[in-house]
Amino acid sequence: MINCVYQLASPGNFSIKYSELNLNTSLIIRPLYMSICHADQRYYLGLRDMKKLREKLPMALIHESVGEIIYDPTDTYKPGHKVVMVPNSPDKNYKTNSIIYENYQKNSKFLSSGHDGFMREFVDLPADRVVSVNNIDIKISSICEFISVAVHAVERFKNIAHEIRENITIWGDGSLAYVLSCVIQNEFPGTKLTIIGKNEFKLSKFWFADNIYLTDDLPKNFQTDHAFECVGGDYSHDAINSIINHINPQGTAILLGVSENKIAINTRDILEKGLTFVGSSRSGRTDFEKAASILENSKIQKRLEQIIFEDAPVRSIADIHRVFKTDLNTPFKTIFKWEL
Amino acid sequence: MIFGAIVAGGTGTRMGISDMPKQFLPLGKEKKPIIIHTLEKFLMCTELDFVYLGVHKDWVDYTHELLKKYIINNYQKKIFVVEGGTTRNLTIINMINKIEENHGESSDHILVTHDAVRPFLTLKMIENNIENARKHRVCDTVIPAIDTIIESTNHDFITTVPARKNLYQGQTPQSFYASEFKNLYNNLTPDEQNNFTDACSVFVRNNIPVKLVDGAGFNIKITTVSDYRIANSIIEGDIID
Repeated sequence: MINCVYQLASPGNFSIKYSELNLNTSLIIRPLYMSICHADQRYYLGLRDMKKLREKLPMALIHESVGEIIYDPTDTYKPGHKVVMVPNSPDKNYKTNSIIYENYQKNSKFLSSGHDGFMREFVDLPADRVVSVNNIDIKISSICEFISVAVHAVERFKNIAHEIRENITIWGDGSLAYVLSCVIQNEFPGTKLTIIGKNEFKLSKFWFADNIYLTDDLPKNFQTDHAFECVGGDYSHDAINSIINHINPQGTAILLGVSENKIAINTRDILEKGLTFVGSSRSGRTDFEKAASILENSKIQKRLEQIIFEDAPVRSIADIHRVFKTDLNTPFKTIFKWEL
Repeated sequence: MIFGAIVAGGTGTRMGISDMPKQFLPLGKEKKPIIIHTLEKFLMCTELDFVYLGVHKDWVDYTHELLKKYIINNYQKKIFVVEGGTTRNLTIINMINKIEENHGESSDHILVTHDAVRPFLTLKMIENNIENARKHRVCDTVIPAIDTIIESTNHDFITTVPARKNLYQGQTPQSFYASEFKNLYNNLTPDEQNNFTDACSVFVRNNIPVKLVDGAGFNIKITTVSDYRIANSIIEGDIID
């Protein structure tokens, strides 16, 4: 069968690749809803390093998507079954009980970073690269990958951070900070959660947190046991140094914000306080399974609805441009129905 | 019920490069026949109950062999091969007759007819056809005309140059209720039956409004040697749209 793959050829330009799809070996999934990630937006706008862009394009964008099974050679799923697709694709020798998580394996591929993402007519994946979300609202499911990234960060935290967890603080007030706050409250119900951000409107969405502070209004004596950094970009510098200032000795800071430039940080105080900094990126199948189970909670579904903006369906390449432009003007997550 | 009806009755006379009808020529790196690429896209449509293939009588056995070779077992039972007629519309009539024989006569049977030699159609086009056939009884897949179309009734000088903005190029699928098409076709004069090259003409002749459905430039019909070359280069290369 001939499959249409909608690739970003160069920043702001899409092309269609017609590729052959073999029906014998893989699950065939039809994407139904997609969600835009900052990483997609950086490719679309050409904000990545030119060398990286040359290396990775042309490539289909989008790694957050829910679809329906069209064909399953393993007979696990019936046609029409709703699944989220796992963009991380580990090497065939990867063992699920490996010490190194699948998303950090050297030979893992990531669909929409060097390999085609989900902007295709059909996606072919091995059976272990989909997770059932048949009983969850499809629009909420479209951000399941995003939730799984927060789940993975919390998983890393659980395994590394010491047991004093009275206070956890998130630096950042964007989408990732929001879903992370939902996951943290779900996992650590007795822990006080604080959010520190720059945008009053965005911070107002975090009404369920115990404390909310603007960055320039943070009490001098503010202290936290542990921290999650969800700022990224040029302000990573300020956020990380603020964490170093306010975190208690031997605290753990999980870094999730992506920065294109190198960041200068106060290593003297990191050493003096005995801090642990942990990088956390992407997610694997088990994180998706956990994310899907969290999404079954109707209270969490309602909270997540607050940060989802649904744009009109995508039926043409002009519509793909439209959703990327819409995303620039929405404060949180842009999702859309995929009808190509 | 809803049926795919892939028309592949041709014998390849326009291609001139092969004794093999063009729908059986290999396409792409895996050298899969064109008709198999087209059929597989129809099999992806869960709304279709069965897919019928109308092929020239000399190629029926060959088609069965291709199905055995290329089509996975789960889908074999969804496919029927029917002997084609001398014209495109007669091939469709033969398929309708076989559908009625296999599944009973019904005024609700919808037919999504398609050229076997248009393997680049998308699942969305099939679904849009089904939706519009249900809503408007009959629909035709088209794209706005790109070239200026010239009419010449004496084949020597221009008669008229119709306004391009009102012109479209017809593609397929074309979709309609099977029994309605059969009745209308049977009531045509023999001349009309010979002259109407596609199914929608039969509806237009009877003043039945035919709804337009968006096609795509890449939904090309592989008719000539150069079409065949273009199709192979499209499937192996990247094109900017």
